Amino acid sequence: MTTWDRFLDTFFNGKVMLKYLPDILWGVVVTIELAILIVLSGLAAGLALALLRSLAIRPLNWLIIFIVDLFRSLPPLVIIVLMYFGLPYAEVSPSGFVSTWLSLAFVLMAFSEEIFWAGITSIHKGQWEAARSTGLSFGETLMNVVLPQALRLTIPPLTNRTIAITKGTALGTVVAVSEILGAASSAMSNSYNPSPLMMGAAAYLVLFLPVVVLARRLERRFAWKR
Amino acid sequence: MTPQPIVDARAVHKHFGTLHVLKGVDLKVAERELVFVIGPSGSGKSTLLRCLNRLEEPSSGSILVDGIDMLDPKTDINHARRRIGMVFQSFNLYPHMTALGNVTLALRKVAGKSRAEADRLGQAALERVGLADRAGHTPGQLSGGQQQRVAIARSIALEPRVMLFDEPTSALDPELVGSVLEVMRSLRESGMTMVVVSHEMGFARNAADRVVFMDDGLIVEQGPPAAIFEKPTQERTRAFIGQIQRH
Amino acid sequence: MEAMIQTFFNVEIIAASWPIVVAGLLNTVLLSLIVVPLGLFGGLILAMLASIRHPLVRWPLMAWVDFFRAFPPLVLLILLFAGLPFAGLDLGGFACVAIAFFLNTGSYYGEIFRAGIESVPAGQVEAGRSTGLSRLQAMTYIILPQAVRNVLPDLLSNTLEVVKLTSLGSVVAVPELLYQARQAQSLTYNPTPIVVAAIIYFLMLWPLVRLLSRLENRALAGRR
Repeated sequence: MTTWDRFLDTFFNGKVMLKYLPDILWGVVVTIELAILIVLSGLAAGLALALLRSLAIRPLNWLIIFIVDLFRSLPPLVIIVLMYFGLPYAEVSPSGFVSTWLSLAFVLMAFSEEIFWAGITSIHKGQWEAARSTGLSFGETLMNVVLPQALRLTIPPLTNRTIAITKGTALGTVVAVSEILGAASSAMSNSYNPSPLMMGAAAYLVLFLPVVVLARRLERRFAWKR
Repeated sequence: MTPQPIVDARAVHKHFGTLHVLKGVDLKVAERELVFVIGPSGSGKSTLLRCLNRLEEPSSGSILVDGIDMLDPKTDINHARRRIGMVFQSFNLYPHMTALGNVTLALRKVAGKSRAEADRLGQAALERVGLADRAGHTPGQLSGGQQQRVAIARSIALEPRVMLFDEPTSALDPELVGSVLEVMRSLRESGMTMVVVSHEMGFARNAADRVVFMDDGLIVEQGPPAAIFEKPTQERTRAFIGQIQRH
Repeated sequence: MEAMIQTFFNVEIIAASWPIVVAGLLNTVLLSLIVVPLGLFGGLILAMLASIRHPLVRWPLMAWVDFFRAFPPLVLLILLFAGLPFAGLDLGGFACVAIAFFLNTGSYYGEIFRAGIESVPAGQVEAGRSTGLSRLQAMTYIILPQAVRNVLPDLLSNTLEVVKLTSLGSVVAVPELLYQARQAQSLTYNPTPIVVAAIIYFLMLWPLVRLLSRLENRALAGRR
């Protein structure tokens, strides 16, 4: 056996890979589930907070800013650990899946609120005045005039941030979620072979590389329009 | 008995922090009248205009527009504003919508028209400003003069009782001013009540019924254009007219 | 309420676990002081290479950057920490964190530097070269100072993320703040140490978050 053969046999062992392929694929499904839940709930909550903030109710805004700052300051893994290992002491025991989902959704909420809010405030005052002068209400102006323009501006930063946070689903491993990394890690310790880990790594590339490339394109497209 | 004025503003004061911008302004505008407001920058003329539809909140005073008390908390301000058209110096068209979309938004959302009906009225309004063929263009594809005419169409589509113009030609290149003034003139001929803040003295001379000169938050002098421009009675008016005519 | 405080903010446990947690904090600071410059350095190299517009340099470089941006950092870390020993290379947690961060955050920093360099008008290089500066000198004295200024908010924002990412060290037994807090938690059967760690992270990073939120608001407004 040459060194190369040994290398292949260790890191790309066909038998091991075949055996654990179903586990990894199941991990892919869990990762996708988590990602979709995080993106939908995180962005929705972020947008909701930004809209609430535009009502300019002072104590409410202080609260929103504090929550946003809090979830931007805390490492996502700390939030996950706090939920999964801390909350049970208060008789609430979220599963690893729920802990990961909620933690990352909170983080995405915080980051996207900042971005949505920056977008809303960047819209010129004249747009508000023109719409209000034709009799549109505050809400109608926000929804029909301001938000559509603001969202366009926010697409590039929002895409990048969403990808970065969605990649955090791998943190679920720490709290026993069988997403890709979790499935790959346990397969590795069961088989005493790193091949499942290589498969897991490949799965991440297949999932995220297209999104990263797409994000790069989006950024270019919006850069041209500037 | 004199007919009820369309705009009846009394003793309007406006403070911005420590700045006293309007110091008790009275302004009545009769139906079909074109009132032209002139004055040096910082004299409060734009603020007065913006108080009339309550884009600025007056500090005190009373404002009736078409018999509606604009400062009464019980007044449905959005409903009232629909009847007061406003045209801005910087057009403020919605960049993400077509010309027709700009014109029809309030028709649908405030006047409650169906999309088809709004489109028909919007198209008619664009026709009136000579831009029927630009309905599908976005603001970015239009010249400044065309943008301002779309903004005028956005207001007239709502069939306002009065229209407020806040320096409508100041942001335009000189060669584009004419087309906007042309539209304003035809509006005037159709009997629209208008309050215009502008530096277009030529237009004031031959289109205005009355010229109001403001300075330092007060109306200093008002009268027919000929009187204000040829024989102003107040020293401040004379100085201002002299200054702009030298330019 | 009293019970909640006893559970999540127990003063006795804070006192008992304080030395462990502080040791973790020191390691987090140390780790950050190593991985941030390392990532900046990696990013700078990538960005300077990217300014050579030759396709043979440009495309592999872009592939490299996208590759490491697509990988979750934890996956990279586990790959190094648990995978490499099978090839007879046992680097230990600390070195693995350093390498993984060099690759991952270096790619992020690289993209930011590249955007910054591209934001400096070409006339700047030409002016510099016309006075006899070499390519590298023009880059160092003329382009980079302007580039860094233009992308300062993004650089700071990424640095915030890097400091937060050091918490991944806990997964590979690097005794940083989160790891130490979890050790203390399992010793005391009480979540207080993790809560304390979270508060420390928050107090440490909040000023940076505040600053960033101001800078970002200004940046987006400037895009119109």
